[in-house]
Amino acid sequence: MEETDKKPKKAGARLCCICNQTRAALKRPKTFDQICKECFYKAFEEEIHRVIVNNQLFKPGERIAIGASGGKDSTVLAYILSELNRRHNYGLDLFLLSVDEGITGYRDDSLETVKRNELQYGLPLKIVSYKDLYGWTMDEIVKMIGLKNNCTFCGVFRRQALDRGAALLKVDKLATGHNADDIAETVLLNILRGDIARLSRCCSITTGEDGPIPRCKPFKYTYEKEIVMYAYFKGLDYFSTECIYSPNAYRGFAREFIKDLERIRPRAILDIIKSGEDFRIATTTKMPEQGTCERCGYISSQKWCKACVLLEGLNRGLPKLGIGRIRGVNNGRKKDINQISGAKSIESKQCGALDF
Amino acid sequence: MQLTLEFGGGLELLCESVKIHNVNVEPQNGADKLIMKDLLAWVRTNLIKERPEMFMKGDSVRPGVLVIVNDCDWELSGQLDTPLEEKDVVVFISTLHGG
Repeated sequence: MEETDKKPKKAGARLCCICNQTRAALKRPKTFDQICKECFYKAFEEEIHRVIVNNQLFKPGERIAIGASGGKDSTVLAYILSELNRRHNYGLDLFLLSVDEGITGYRDDSLETVKRNELQYGLPLKIVSYKDLYGWTMDEIVKMIGLKNNCTFCGVFRRQALDRGAALLKVDKLATGHNADDIAETVLLNILRGDIARLSRCCSITTGEDGPIPRCKPFKYTYEKEIVMYAYFKGLDYFSTECIYSPNAYRGFAREFIKDLERIRPRAILDIIKSGEDFRIATTTKMPEQGTCERCGYISSQKWCKACVLLEGLNRGLPKLGIGRIRGVNNGRKKDINQISGAKSIESKQCGALDF
Repeated sequence: MQLTLEFGGGLELLCESVKIHNVNVEPQNGADKLIMKDLLAWVRTNLIKERPEMFMKGDSVRPGVLVIVNDCDWELSGQLDTPLEEKDVVVFISTLHGG
């Protein structure tokens, strides 16, 4: 028996259905194609290029920030975008933009990964911190409010922090690493919460085009499995630890449900996205009106934006301001609070790591 | 038989933060060869020190955990029925974390 260094399994020794020459290395969830590494790289990169071109995500000469957490999705996104930018002459100026939430043992480690990516891909990196922007680190916030609702603070603050960082970099657009699995999960969550405004928004490949910094999701149709396989086969350097403060309860159930569906029928992920895209909202549904925050000028459908309400609560020692229903706060203050937030605040959103 | 098992994507945290394990596993239940299903049970008993539900669901890996045998997706080699041989390299990667 001959021994090669990469002993193929008998059952796995099938040849790639594209080139018919090399041993297949994975089964693509989208197509069930059995494909070798080299053909997979080509197909994967080409599909993302097609998504970028067909949806006109970027224009020549634009400055683009890549939201970089050091995790798998944003690391692969940074790698692919710099590659495609070179290969297809997009003419883009690419930057890495990271948010330092101030979480010891989690974000400090993942930021080290982003700093390595800065060198590996030759992309300038900008880090904005909660401490600088808001005067509080997540560690300090958790010390004050405990482990309940902390993800609400983090999610609201991150969304603004990315916008502010993008403004500092003077970029035209922000690209994020949200993948097809993330989007399918968010469609389900928005249905479960009855959040019609977010449901209609979360499937758009580009959002916020009327605002100062539009966001786009080049991985909208890309399976998480393929992103991880790509990172693994290419030996990309990414960080993978769950946030130490994330309870992840509600989103966790949705995620597990999606993954169970995927095992039975991988196509389900793209079909959920399709359902989200084709959803039509009754004309009688009242949608929140978009305005600006009276305090900081950020987009807001209320008098004050969510970040300002949360920050006011922290600074006044009333961290429950702006969290869910107004419970456990006495009547005298209740009036005060309603004035501040302008209206009933939305139910707190578990782990906001994926903001749409 | 000697196998190299590698845990990534956060799964290493379930086995005392050690990523690579060189192990010796014999065919189970008197069978003449080792298959993936038996290896998973062995890993769960011998390597996973906490939160086994992050690694397994029923008798397979939890959906969202990728399995790669000798650089090849286990979906191409029969998943739980994948036969294992001397010096095989098996990689488990979780995709269930932030990106």
